[in-house]
Amino acid sequence: MSAPALALLLVGASGPLLIVAVYSFLSPAEYSGVVWELSGDGWFRVVFSRDIFDDTVKLADAHLTIFWRSAKLSLLTTLLTFAFGFPTAYFIATRPQSQRPLWLFLITIPFWTNLLIRTFAIMEVIRNEGILNSALLALGLIERPIQILYTDTAVMLGMVYVYLPLMVLPLYAAMERLDFRLVEAAYDLYATRRRVLTRVIVPLVKPGIVAGSILVFIPALGAYVTPRVLGGGKNMMLGNLIELQFGQGRHWPLGSALSITLLVIVMLALIVYVRNVSSESAER
Amino acid sequence: MTSDRHQVAVEARRVGKVFGDGTSAVRALDDVSVSIRQNEFFTLLGPSGCGKTTLLRLIAGFEHPSSGQILLDGTDISREPPYRRPVNTVFQSYALFPHLTVEGNIAFGLQMLGRQRDEIAETVDEMLALVKMESLRNRRVAQISGGQQQRVALARALAPRPRVLLLDEPLSALDLKLRKEMQIELKRLQHQTGITFVFVTHDQEEALTMSDRIAVMSDGRILQIGSPREIYERPASRFVAHFIGDTNILDGVCEPGPDGAGRLRLACGLAASSPDPGRRGAVSVLVRPEHLELGEPADGEVIGVIERAVYFGTDTHYHVSLGETHQVVVRRQNRRGDASRLAEGARVGLRLDGDAVQFLDD
Repeated sequence: MSAPALALLLVGASGPLLIVAVYSFLSPAEYSGVVWELSGDGWFRVVFSRDIFDDTVKLADAHLTIFWRSAKLSLLTTLLTFAFGFPTAYFIATRPQSQRPLWLFLITIPFWTNLLIRTFAIMEVIRNEGILNSALLALGLIERPIQILYTDTAVMLGMVYVYLPLMVLPLYAAMERLDFRLVEAAYDLYATRRRVLTRVIVPLVKPGIVAGSILVFIPALGAYVTPRVLGGGKNMMLGNLIELQFGQGRHWPLGSALSITLLVIVMLALIVYVRNVSSESAER
Repeated sequence: MTSDRHQVAVEARRVGKVFGDGTSAVRALDDVSVSIRQNEFFTLLGPSGCGKTTLLRLIAGFEHPSSGQILLDGTDISREPPYRRPVNTVFQSYALFPHLTVEGNIAFGLQMLGRQRDEIAETVDEMLALVKMESLRNRRVAQISGGQQQRVALARALAPRPRVLLLDEPLSALDLKLRKEMQIELKRLQHQTGITFVFVTHDQEEALTMSDRIAVMSDGRILQIGSPREIYERPASRFVAHFIGDTNILDGVCEPGPDGAGRLRLACGLAASSPDPGRRGAVSVLVRPEHLELGEPADGEVIGVIERAVYFGTDTHYHVSLGETHQVVVRRQNRRGDASRLAEGARVGLRLDGDAVQFLDD
């Protein structure tokens, strides 16, 4: 019964990954693709760069900056989606049963539109001549437009907007299962609203928090469209760097090595995160 | 036994509660007044939907009254949130925290009150001993049985030493044997802790065996408040009589008797000297099945036929028809051997004693 699924998983998921892993140890061809010649150049270039004139080796600052930015923005995006998503999910879960489908439906509306179009819509809001700046100028609150577009803030804003539903939905699923009689019991036992939240609700919806965080953090780390449109050329993230190597950079082994690096970062982050969460709940 | 026994712990003053508004409004409580004394085991008894749980939730603070006041030790607490009332609840579903251990659950209230660590540890030990759960202190709630969860719920609610403990049908999920054990256990706990218990149930037997006083409720009103004996022997209304125990409600007339005393003649043919000699005219009376006497046909004033005999172990209920249209239920204790057992279809004599009759005035 599970044979077709297993085969699909093996061929469909592990196959391409294996090809990428193998490519990362080959030499780049002149225009695109790889030459079947073993080389460590791809991996070397992930963290180091060689001066074209005197062949001196130094750290690849540009790459490290991009790694750092990707990690930072993804983490911030996860935190912000949680900050907005938690009250939203709580709100929906505490509506009468008959109203909840409507609220969930509203949450999923953004999915109806193509990601690129949604991202351009944000661009329209935040660009210098956009809706936000025009409004602030008209109100006399600012004298000249605030540069938001093509900054890290713009990228983060875009990612929060795009990934918010991915946080809300698992949080909602966990909260819907929450037995609100436990909340009453906590109130009865002298817990204030804040204590009820931190001591009862959050621990009980933790599986939803974990799922939501993973669902947001992983795609955010490899995001491509949002940083490309809202970050411009300068504020690249890992996804853009990888794309660059397979495109203009013409260095497929480096692109492959970067992809594997991304994969490893995600896996490490997951392991650390899940381990922290489970040990924390074991202590209680 | 001392004078503070009659001090009032909780008082409801003309409390009304309406859920919803407009045409969909539901009146759950209607002008309810009751005083619950200190150290009392007080039971709110009634069928589901009678408002007993709503009254409990008003005392706990989960709901606020639409009108009237709730007083605790003489102070109006109607608007206080649950976490500022020294009142704890044992929930019907127990509502134990699944992410905490047995110990963690019991300590919760004390932690929220900001008690010192060693004081909490001491109280938790004490509570675990009180409900005999020491050996399971580190278990998760999901790993213990329903009866054990019940004990933890009790310990959790008692740990902060509330002024009043509210119990919302806490025994309804237990099987009969465990329920009987817990009834005794609850009485013991109340005795040992000296805390006022307000107990909600729809089980009249539970109410009779455990309570110091009972309030019988129906349709958002309190119909009668009294000791179990008062409620059972002198029900104030037809509803209370029906709700508490098995009942024969019979119609008849009061007439002048032979030597000036009143005579009660019932439509079914039974007659007795009237417990209220001055009374005249049509009446309804209550006669408990165990107060009717069955005997040989010659002994009775009225002769009936046993339609049905229902065996209950300790006693047997005989449904006796009197003439075409009347029927009464008589309860007789079973004895060893078959001698006392009456067969269906047997003819029996029935006798009614005037002392067993209770007039119903509604």
